[in-house]
Amino acid sequence: MTETKQPIIQIRNVSKRFGKVTAVDNVSLDILAGEFFVLLGPSGCGKTTLLRMIAGFEMPTEGQIIIDGQDMSLVPPNKRPVNMVFQSYAVFPHMNVMDNVGYGLRISGVSKGEIRDRVAEALELVKLGGFEDRMPDQMSGGQRQRVALARSLVMRPKVLLLDEPLSALDAKLRAQMQFELSDLQDKVGITFVTVTHDQDEALSMASRVAVINKGEVAQLAPPADLYEYPANRFVADFVGSVNIFEGKLTLDEPDKAAVDCPGLGKIYLNHGVTGPHGADVWVALRPEKIYLHVPGEGKAIRAAAQDAPDGHNLARGTIKGMSYLGDITLYEIQLEGGQMIRVSRPNLSRHDQEDFTWDDKVSMHWRADSPVVLLS
Amino acid sequence: MFNRTPIAPLEYTRKLWMRSWVGLTMLFLYAPLIVLMIFSFNDSKRNVVWKGFTLKYYEKALNNDSLVEALVNSLTIAALATIVSLVIGALAAVVLWRFRFPLKGLVEGTMSLPIIVPEICLGVAFLIFFAKVDWPTDLPWPLNLSAITIAHITFCFPFVAMVVRARLASFNKEEEEAAKDLGATEWQAFRDVLLPHIKPALVAGALLAFTLSLDDFVITFFTSGPDTITFPVKVYSMVRFSVTPEVNAASTILILLTVILTFIALKLQGVKGIAETH
Repeated sequence: MTETKQPIIQIRNVSKRFGKVTAVDNVSLDILAGEFFVLLGPSGCGKTTLLRMIAGFEMPTEGQIIIDGQDMSLVPPNKRPVNMVFQSYAVFPHMNVMDNVGYGLRISGVSKGEIRDRVAEALELVKLGGFEDRMPDQMSGGQRQRVALARSLVMRPKVLLLDEPLSALDAKLRAQMQFELSDLQDKVGITFVTVTHDQDEALSMASRVAVINKGEVAQLAPPADLYEYPANRFVADFVGSVNIFEGKLTLDEPDKAAVDCPGLGKIYLNHGVTGPHGADVWVALRPEKIYLHVPGEGKAIRAAAQDAPDGHNLARGTIKGMSYLGDITLYEIQLEGGQMIRVSRPNLSRHDQEDFTWDDKVSMHWRADSPVVLLS
Repeated sequence: MFNRTPIAPLEYTRKLWMRSWVGLTMLFLYAPLIVLMIFSFNDSKRNVVWKGFTLKYYEKALNNDSLVEALVNSLTIAALATIVSLVIGALAAVVLWRFRFPLKGLVEGTMSLPIIVPEICLGVAFLIFFAKVDWPTDLPWPLNLSAITIAHITFCFPFVAMVVRARLASFNKEEEEAAKDLGATEWQAFRDVLLPHIKPALVAGALLAFTLSLDDFVITFFTSGPDTITFPVKVYSMVRFSVTPEVNAASTILILLTVILTFIALKLQGVKGIAETH
């Protein structure tokens, strides 16, 4: 799996401006052959513009897009070795499934018999075998999306582009399609490039994710790195849920570091940060990495947190809000300094959610490798 | 009959007052036409009192060469005007929908002027225009109809453009992009995706243009020469002497023609398709 892969798409210093608005700002990245690449970002961040430039529907204002070694600057969309699944699916409403899926083959002059075979094969792939004669208005949204998928896959593109593929599906179907898309990608071996604003989608499907913010790549990393080692506050906040506290770096050595956060207390990390001493930094702490205790279990806490010096990685507060989500319970806790912190706690047994309730005083601790120090 | 389910608030079709109101409206709209049709079979010159059934006025109308000629002229003009309006109107609609260009608003405004300007003004304008440019009037048929046809195209194509534009507003541009993405050229994408989408609007626009042209009186009156009489103008001149059942018979034939054409168009497209454009 990890042999050296060739980049199939090379994006070189690409910018796109619409009048005074810069949608994509000097982006450079390589997408490797066979990879499931996700462009993740909030709406209006330029991720769709980037995808449309790869497809050829927008021309870069500056920079170059190279697909499979060939500069695409002057190549129109109908000549590019990529196919796109549109957000609205864009299934042709006046054609049945057969004609929809076979459209690309038909205009490229493939023989009728071969079209029939390849359409049947593509429909089988997306689990729509036997739907050839259906009209789009007789199908559900999920089925129409599969038609759009088959219509692109049947062209055997080098790269398949997907624009917000799951945004219009209901939650159950979305979860199922996430698995199916990953499966499909494994099966056909085509490079997938997906645009999404949904972090779950990105984390569950991608081999690598580029988080886009205001037209720039905020971080490019595999899903787990993105979540556990966010590069900046934007990524930490956008991917998953997080508590962020401002602080000053007081200790920074190769194997340990400490941050003094006025809101949260003294933070100790069991690794170095390599930031300027005394610098203003931010500490990001995920809600699920914080342990909740009844106050007075001080010894237990100290024992559990003994990987940090006394008085570090501890906090106290009062529960101000909670929401029971079934598998976990979310707590909003007001710290002694007045700031709020979110903690999530798995309901490992049936009555775990009854352990704490509103206005309970609680203690918290976290491990020395849990906090992430962010310099920007 | 009295044990039916109670009438729900929005079930207007089951309410007596609604039904009678619809009936009255229908009567108001169609009674004159029905009377006209009935009296085309009236065996009387005066056409006021029913004197008995006859078909002789149909015979008379169909043997009236100048009336038949007028009808043929009208149909020819309507057909030509419809075809040209359809092409110009559809292209104008697509251009205005697709592109941004300077003075677009002005182009859009002037294009719909023929809809707004009173017909009488257009008629006078055409009269002066064709006189000024010295438009030849002694051409052989059907070229002698060119002045009227041009005038008709002028006020028909904005209607086509309007209907097509309304339909285009509901077009999902991603469909066109999808076609291109799958390898279609600009023309193939237009033919395979955009054209099928606007087809109902083209049918509706054609129907509109055809009927507008067929029954136009004012503008035609000003642009027709002595040898280029159209049906409405001819009927008008006949009525000036007396309303004989012959006029009724001719009108009945025209009504039937229009109804048949509409019916064919609806069949071709399906009522749903045409309703969607509005």
